[in-house]
Amino acid sequence: MSEAVPEAGWIAPGLAQELQGLRLRYLVVERGSGRSPREVKQRLRKLSDRFTGGQAINLRHQSIPWAYRVFYRHIGLDPDEQPTPIEAVALERIKKGGFRSQNLLDDALTIAIVESRVALRAFDADMVEGRLGVRPSAPGEGLEGRPGELPSGTLLIADEARPVGLLFGATAAGRGVHPKTRRMLLCAVGVAGVPDVAVEEALWLAAGVIRG
Amino acid sequence: MPFEAPALAGGAGGAATVTTERLARDDLRRQIAALERKLGELFASAFPRKGIEWRVGAVGGPRVLDAGDLERIRDALVVRLREAQAEVGRRADAEEANRALIESMIAQPEQHRWVKVSNEHIGEGECRHWHSRPRWGILGILLGWWRVKLSSGCPLA
Repeated sequence: MSEAVPEAGWIAPGLAQELQGLRLRYLVVERGSGRSPREVKQRLRKLSDRFTGGQAINLRHQSIPWAYRVFYRHIGLDPDEQPTPIEAVALERIKKGGFRSQNLLDDALTIAIVESRVALRAFDADMVEGRLGVRPSAPGEGLEGRPGELPSGTLLIADEARPVGLLFGATAAGRGVHPKTRRMLLCAVGVAGVPDVAVEEALWLAAGVIRG
Repeated sequence: MPFEAPALAGGAGGAATVTTERLARDDLRRQIAALERKLGELFASAFPRKGIEWRVGAVGGPRVLDAGDLERIRDALVVRLREAQAEVGRRADAEEANRALIESMIAQPEQHRWVKVSNEHIGEGECRHWHSRPRWGILGILLGWWRVKLSSGCPLA
């Protein structure tokens, strides 16, 4: 895994054909999270001023947010019950009246998601074995930290050993970023209708904010 | 890890069936995308009206859906879109009638004593309202001096 260039994740054979346009890009940032510096907090405040309620309402008109909503429908999720990452961020903006600083990682993800509209998440890079990809769950497979088995065929983000999270869902226990994380893996999920340039830009934006 | 697409058919002619089923699923996905776009446009045009149901419901995911599930989503989107269009249409008619009422109130306030119409009744945001009230209180009531007062908007938070 390289810090310089986003890597392409694997997509299980057959899945790429079935869900065309689904892709994963990720890169590793050689540091953990922590408190956000003043510049990041200031950037969040400016972003709050730029991101108005009108923009939030019109998100569905924009090609990238629409593409994620459509993809959610295609995989059996309702984006009105489980909002897409950009809509979740927009809802928070409306509810709280601004983007509130939480920690460096969450702030970086918020900035990158709002700027690019692309779905981003993060894992503890030291807890990921090999390359990341997307695959359906095997019969009897579960997600660490979640009781019971997953329904067979549940779409997962996985490394070469085990699932690290549900696609657009919960992260497996111990795979997420925590206060002792030393290296973070930023992961962007692209779907049909989301250009590669936007996916890579999202990763660069988040990594840039974290690296300072 | 190998992945089997839903409803794979085996045996003679299986490949052709698989292709046909995949084409059917792709077609359903395209229909869902088009319906989602229309629903999104309606959502934006309906703002700031409240109380309209937009949710379609999940069929259980994330997973690759078979044609039956995709059909259910497509059909639910069609129903939701039709219901939302009807609701927006109903409200638009009522809002148009309320705009006409405001014009009539302004022209003849004494004919609409104490009538109050708010922005919400004409499909707009904020807290402004038009209220037909007597001038100078009791004197206005006795002498028939009525006027429409327009409130100044939402109180400051």
